[in-house]
Amino acid sequence: MLRNTRLSDDYNVLTLAAPQIGELTQPGQFVMVKAGVTIDSILRRPFSIFEVIRERERITAISILNKRAGTNTRALYALETGDQVACLGPLGRPFTTLSARHAWMVAGGVGLAPFATLAESLASSATPMTLFYGARRARELFYLEYFERLGARLVLATEDGSRGIRGLVTVPLEVALAELGSRDAAMIYACGPEPMLEAVATLATRYGQPSEVSVERVMGCGLGGCYSCVVPVRDAANESRFVRSCIGGPVFNGADIMWEKC
Amino acid sequence: MDLRVTIGTLELPNPIIAASGCFGYGVEYDEIVDLSRLGGVAVKGLFLKERDGHPPPRIAETPAGMLNAIGLQGIGVHRFVREKLPLLRERGARTIVNICGTTLDEYAEVARVLSDHEGVSALELNISCPNIKEGGIQFGCSLVGTAQVTSAVRKVTRLPVIPKLTPNVTDVPSFARAAQESGADAVSLVNTFLAMAIDVETRRPKLSNLLGGLSGPAIRPIAIRMVWECFNAVRIPILGMGGITDATDVIEFMLAGSTAVQIGTANFADPFVWNKVLDGLDDYLRRHQMTRVTDLIGQIDTSPRKEVPV
Repeated sequence: MLRNTRLSDDYNVLTLAAPQIGELTQPGQFVMVKAGVTIDSILRRPFSIFEVIRERERITAISILNKRAGTNTRALYALETGDQVACLGPLGRPFTTLSARHAWMVAGGVGLAPFATLAESLASSATPMTLFYGARRARELFYLEYFERLGARLVLATEDGSRGIRGLVTVPLEVALAELGSRDAAMIYACGPEPMLEAVATLATRYGQPSEVSVERVMGCGLGGCYSCVVPVRDAANESRFVRSCIGGPVFNGADIMWEKC
Repeated sequence: MDLRVTIGTLELPNPIIAASGCFGYGVEYDEIVDLSRLGGVAVKGLFLKERDGHPPPRIAETPAGMLNAIGLQGIGVHRFVREKLPLLRERGARTIVNICGTTLDEYAEVARVLSDHEGVSALELNISCPNIKEGGIQFGCSLVGTAQVTSAVRKVTRLPVIPKLTPNVTDVPSFARAAQESGADAVSLVNTFLAMAIDVETRRPKLSNLLGGLSGPAIRPIAIRMVWECFNAVRIPILGMGGITDATDVIEFMLAGSTAVQIGTANFADPFVWNKVLDGLDDYLRRHQMTRVTDLIGQIDTSPRKEVPV
């Protein structure tokens, strides 16, 4: 662990000396991380790869965005420079970035994590982009300058109204979708709490726009071995099939997930 | 260093096997684990047909272990032989297929399909999954059922037959004996312990299935006891498992009477556990001036302790 940047009392960014993972990372992929085995927890936890860090054109590290919640995330918040972290990746299916559409990224809270690398990739292909970003309060909106520097338009929402629109991020998203002209096309990417993902995918479908969502499920291994992280996905016959989000995801077409069975 | 062990007619290059249900169909690990270096790969339990399993949440961490109730999601035996077996064969893996059934006929049919295909090294009989209502456990919790499934499969295959026993019975050795008398080449034990965990804030069970199977280091001392009891009850080899995380644990299981061992939960925590265990086993044998790993089997020293001189 090279650097622990504490953004608030709950959020921190851990910079990890894993250039090989950085070299292979595609936007939306994740790593399985563990900071020491304890009696309470032996399993790793999945984290979106937040940044791929370059120094003088060379990839030197990756970072993850962590929010203190349980045993593992508390341990990750407390780490000091030089501590060892187990980190396996990059894993999973990335976002699709071939689209020539305007890219709309929808982030809720710690769901900002996969969008830094996505924004980098979109910027390099000069794809116009907007970040819809919601949090509980203004001081939990992070990395705004980072996204602005890459050319992203920011639409902010906070639950307490301390910055941007008061309410959930899906409120300004729906307004923007309603304003889209018939010939305008957006590609919507979403990451955040599952009710938000469902709302985004439902809105996207209602307004005829494609969406990709990055889900977070309880994951045992990250490699397809344990079958714990499944999501109900529509198959060709319109039946629900459980698909492992570690290797079949974490990014899914929003219209493919059977939200009513989640 | 000779790490070879023999299970019936099957010779393994070493006693370290990936446990069923903890290693997908093996192919998922092809990129990061040398499948041919493992003693064997026990693939996820297969019924005749595909199954979707239980809704999530399917796992929950508990002290030094985890609960699972996956519900045997799987692709069925026909897709397995078409889609997964070719790569396992190409990699030179010794594939142990874990088979399930809701009836005796289904066990026999799955066994027949697998016996017709090159690349299957042995059949492990899942008569002990605690997580599904029909199939498996109702056979594994009765001596008659254990004998019936073992005989039904024995009649249709020449592959080594390995019933996997449940610890959720009072007397595991009697089940090992029933398996042996019905033609089993070996037994594997233990499957997970039926267990439960509750989120006290929400008052909800931590698993959608309410109950699940406990695995991991938490169960190891109980599994060691059961292996040792079975070693004293049967002549056939034992594939021991339950919370193994390193070479020391492997050796403990072998001293208790295991011929080979299986590693499951530890592979989730660290998929690089395999090399660590194999290297550690080699080290131990060297340190104890031993050349054959088989010399460990059942070699627990239970002689009276020497008095400590005052």
